[in-house]
Amino acid sequence: MDFIVNHFLSLVLFIPSLAALIMLFLPKGEAKLLRWFALGASLVPFLLSVSLWFQFKSFVPGFQFQERYEWYEAIGSSLHLGVDGLSLTMVLLTTLLTPLAILASFNITEKVKAYMMLFLFLETGMLGVFMSLDLLVFFVFWEVGLVPMYFLINQWGSANRNYASMKFMIYTMGGSLGLLLAIQMLGVLFGTYDLLALTQRWTALDPDSTLLGMSVSTVKAIAFWAFTIAFAVKVPVWPFHTWLPDAHTEAPTAGSMILAGVLLKLGAYGFLRLILPLYPAEAKMFAAALAVLATAAIVFGAFASFAQTDFKRLVAYSSVNHMGFVVLGIAAAGLASGTPDATIALNGAILQMFNHGLSAAGMFFLVGVIYERTHTRNLEEFGGLFPLAPVYGGILIFTSMASLGLPGLNGFISEFLVVRGTWPILTTFTAISMVGLLFTGAYILKGIKKVLHGPLNEHWAHGEHKVTEINAREILVMAPLMVLILWIGIYPAWILDVINKAVVMLF
Amino acid sequence: MTTETLIWLIPLPPILAFFLIVLFTNRNKALSHSIGVGAALLSWIGSMVVFVRAIGVENLGKTPFVSSINWLPTGDTWLRIGVLVDPLTAVTLFFVAWTVLMIFIYSVGYHNFGQPEGDHDHKGLPPHGATVEEHGHKHVVPSIEPMYSRFFAFIGLFAFGMFTLVVSDNLLTLFVGWEIMGLCSYLLIGFWYGKKSARDAAIKAFMTTRVGDVFMLLGIAYLYSVTGTLSFREIFSETTLHTLAAIPSGVLGFSTAGLIGLLLFIGTVGKSAQFPLHVWLPDAMEGPTPVSAMIHAATMVSAGVYAVIRMFPLLSLDAQTMSIVAFIGAFTALFAATIALAQNDIKRVLAYSTISQLGYMIAALGIGAYVAAAFHLMTHAFFKALLFLGSGSVIHGMEHGVLHTGNHKVDPQDMFNMGGLRNKMPITFWTFLLGGFALSGFPLITAGFWSKDEILADAFAHNLPVFITLAIAAFLTAFYTMRQITLTFLGEPRTEEAKHAQETPWTMTLPLIVLSVFAVGYGWLGIPEHFPVLGGLVPNWIHEFVGGTLAEHPEALDFNIVPLLTSLVVALGGLGLGYLFYRNVNSSTEDKLQIGFLKNKYYFDEIYDVVFIKPVTWFADKVVYQIMDKGFIDGILHLFGPGTQGIGDTIRNYFDLPVINRFLGDGSANATYWSGEKLRVVQTGRIQQYLMLGLILFLAIGAILYFFVLA
Repeated sequence: MDFIVNHFLSLVLFIPSLAALIMLFLPKGEAKLLRWFALGASLVPFLLSVSLWFQFKSFVPGFQFQERYEWYEAIGSSLHLGVDGLSLTMVLLTTLLTPLAILASFNITEKVKAYMMLFLFLETGMLGVFMSLDLLVFFVFWEVGLVPMYFLINQWGSANRNYASMKFMIYTMGGSLGLLLAIQMLGVLFGTYDLLALTQRWTALDPDSTLLGMSVSTVKAIAFWAFTIAFAVKVPVWPFHTWLPDAHTEAPTAGSMILAGVLLKLGAYGFLRLILPLYPAEAKMFAAALAVLATAAIVFGAFASFAQTDFKRLVAYSSVNHMGFVVLGIAAAGLASGTPDATIALNGAILQMFNHGLSAAGMFFLVGVIYERTHTRNLEEFGGLFPLAPVYGGILIFTSMASLGLPGLNGFISEFLVVRGTWPILTTFTAISMVGLLFTGAYILKGIKKVLHGPLNEHWAHGEHKVTEINAREILVMAPLMVLILWIGIYPAWILDVINKAVVMLF
Repeated sequence: MTTETLIWLIPLPPILAFFLIVLFTNRNKALSHSIGVGAALLSWIGSMVVFVRAIGVENLGKTPFVSSINWLPTGDTWLRIGVLVDPLTAVTLFFVAWTVLMIFIYSVGYHNFGQPEGDHDHKGLPPHGATVEEHGHKHVVPSIEPMYSRFFAFIGLFAFGMFTLVVSDNLLTLFVGWEIMGLCSYLLIGFWYGKKSARDAAIKAFMTTRVGDVFMLLGIAYLYSVTGTLSFREIFSETTLHTLAAIPSGVLGFSTAGLIGLLLFIGTVGKSAQFPLHVWLPDAMEGPTPVSAMIHAATMVSAGVYAVIRMFPLLSLDAQTMSIVAFIGAFTALFAATIALAQNDIKRVLAYSTISQLGYMIAALGIGAYVAAAFHLMTHAFFKALLFLGSGSVIHGMEHGVLHTGNHKVDPQDMFNMGGLRNKMPITFWTFLLGGFALSGFPLITAGFWSKDEILADAFAHNLPVFITLAIAAFLTAFYTMRQITLTFLGEPRTEEAKHAQETPWTMTLPLIVLSVFAVGYGWLGIPEHFPVLGGLVPNWIHEFVGGTLAEHPEALDFNIVPLLTSLVVALGGLGLGYLFYRNVNSSTEDKLQIGFLKNKYYFDEIYDVVFIKPVTWFADKVVYQIMDKGFIDGILHLFGPGTQGIGDTIRNYFDLPVINRFLGDGSANATYWSGEKLRVVQTGRIQQYLMLGLILFLAIGAILYFFVLA
């Protein structure tokens, strides 16, 4: 028992990988066994992180459940784990979505073993980013997450998967090069990669002194952009977003769920965990530039989504639109750090990360459900499916409305908070972003109209192509998401309180 | 139970009904409608109890029922949400509860409960009728709606939205209810989603109102930023209002209060279908008729007006905003009335009339006539719900005729196919007549007269142009209403179908009767004190009670004969002329008012299509997606591929191959080979030559060392 208590985070972090290694020894042909084993293995971290949630003391400043193991002593890097209200929220989201994604993948029949193992490795990669308090370890996990996702897209993806997986991999790696260099520079300068120590010493540098032959402020500005580009590619912020529609569209359903649900949050998390604390002055200086990009993401993301004829691409672009609000909130917080408005904006941004995780994962899954039945994602080929699959239709409308930001569901709360928080700080940008909000409605309704409403395409009504109702397993994937969507929409305080306390103490 | 607890509970039954029906009972039609109607009844009981308790409170405006809880943590503080029942809420609750309950009951009959299932009805299309065999011969009867249960779920959600909005003590939950109604209007207008027109109308309604909603959201964010609260009572405190009025917003000379008010008002323009966002409302007639009544009388459009009445203390701080409000309202009132003149669809006439009447209320607010606006909102809710349900009853009767003759080409909604229905459908006729007279402002007995008269009196006292506009609109209103009544009910049946129309079942007629009582009687609660003869007989309860909502009780106007006479002349004149013009008109070709401009609603749909929808679709697809993302951004990215490959090729072709391979790799091999070949000659096997070579080499190396290293 003591072992569990003392190693809580490392258990959550490594159980998936451990399980993946065990899977190596399971028989290859037993698909059923492999699926259930993977599901079971991913449920353990979920239950642990729920228990983590209840043990977590949201009013205590700093990181809790800290663990530190020597890792690379020579250069001062250690496996230092810990969570605060911000990372805990993300850990909860990750451990929730992974079992759901695995459950959603029960229909995978090809190379089940490799597939499930990759998912479990992926979970460790993502959790590691959220938990690590050591920059080098952070970077290692950051890159580790890419590999399983690359193979998931490349091996189980649809037609254009080679292009998409390559674009995804190279783009994110290319974006991270500057991050790696900047992290190395920090490590060399201070002889440690520990985030807490680094933050203190890095921000205490005299801006007028020189460093590496340049003034500190120039070095910081360069390092700031190195960090920012890495995270901006991941979020993705316009104009670094074009890998996303390709990757999301070509990935297998569960891959898209995780991509949209968690991987995008890594970027936003990087902004919150590293950029705002490490570069307060630069974040303030470049806030307007960031706000421009965020607003462009919101507006152009919505327009591009509206223009799609591929259902999955439409949902993929909606992520650009929604994540734009996260970045807008972050930009505002950078500009007016510490003010009550900034706190509200950050509350909204972090909640939006969680909310988007729920609704985007749900949307991608629902696209997958209909794709599995029709083998097409072309919106023009659907039509009138509502009477054929009324339960599916109801769930799709519900999830779409969450994505649209309907009051009473989760998306509204976070978008409202972002708008409220950014309005006094970045008034013009907030006003322009409303165009995006308007067109969120347009593309969501377009999706519903083309799929569910409309004249029945007789092709789907009879014979072998008959569209069948959503099945129990698929409903089971959606149920937890829908419950959370509604719960946060009606009573957000349970999660927002944790976020709010963390934001107040952090920034 | 305390009143506060009860207020919290009022919105809950319909939402529970929604979930119960959707999750569990949707296969059982009778159970579903029982749950739906039962829920509406529970909310009705709750509302009535609250209403009765509210009117018993002395000075309710100063000491309203309030209760609130923490909802959103925002730094060190919380955003609180809660409920509030002050006089304005109480009277709104009253009419909402009544009309909603009536609409729920009416829906049972309207969707043909108790009738057999249709022969080939499809989900998503209106029922087409069922063939039954009686006494050996077949005939067609109306068939039950295939998505009967779903309808009750949706209107349950709708009612929840409205009740939430009404009892809210803050703008945020008001907005929640507001948007939930937006969703429901989308779902219900598009209820028969198999029809293209219904689909398009649903999206149009949602998107048009959303234009207003995003502005409203900004207004809410703005207000919250400036005042730090969204609670009505805190915003309307004297100091807060004072601050809001004093700080300039920096935009076109508006004060902060004025700009916030304007942003919120744009929300109302969308929701209450005011010019220029009115285009969605007529198309919304695609929904089933109870929905039309729900959206256009009882709930959604009233919500828009309710919101501006609620925000009146804020709006009235800025004269500029108020004049915009007055202008939009008055203009819409007249503009929509002219379109109504040329419509032949019985529901569309009512749709434009709704827009016009809402314009009345907005104009009244714009000129500061707070009580008059609220009064007209209430009376309008009753008589317009009555008229919509009445028109639904007429359509139902006509459909009966269509099923009888089997001629499905006859449009049961076209008034020129009707005529003489007064004999076939007496209850519908008499109630419709009362509703129509109330809408026209038939003097003294109808509720519409008293509320409209009060608006006109206020307008006459404060703003003459608005008065003249509204008076003309009132004349047109009376005219097109009588046109409608004459074409529908009077004269002789113009078609075979009208001859075989039938009165509708009690579930439909009972709500008509109940609503007609209010359409007449409700006005007597607001007879001005100084009105000749009648004034003072009954106290002007509306003015006393509703006026108490404001911090300063509005003054009662002195009586003036001009607006009264105007009101009498336009109402009676319009009604009279309407009858005279249309009593002998037999087909739409004879109708002189079928003017293209009016018939096509001033071509607003076409203009918006060309100016907004087409360019935006083009922009989204061509510019943002194709050119920007696919062309430009991906184009640059794709340069990296060939780019790096180019660099690689260059290195290979110009460095690797010539330098490394040919020169160093192949070159060194060749050189060795070549030198070996050449050196073969020195390997003679003679020792003297070797020694000689060794000596020369030694000297050479020694010389090199000497010159380069040692020297």
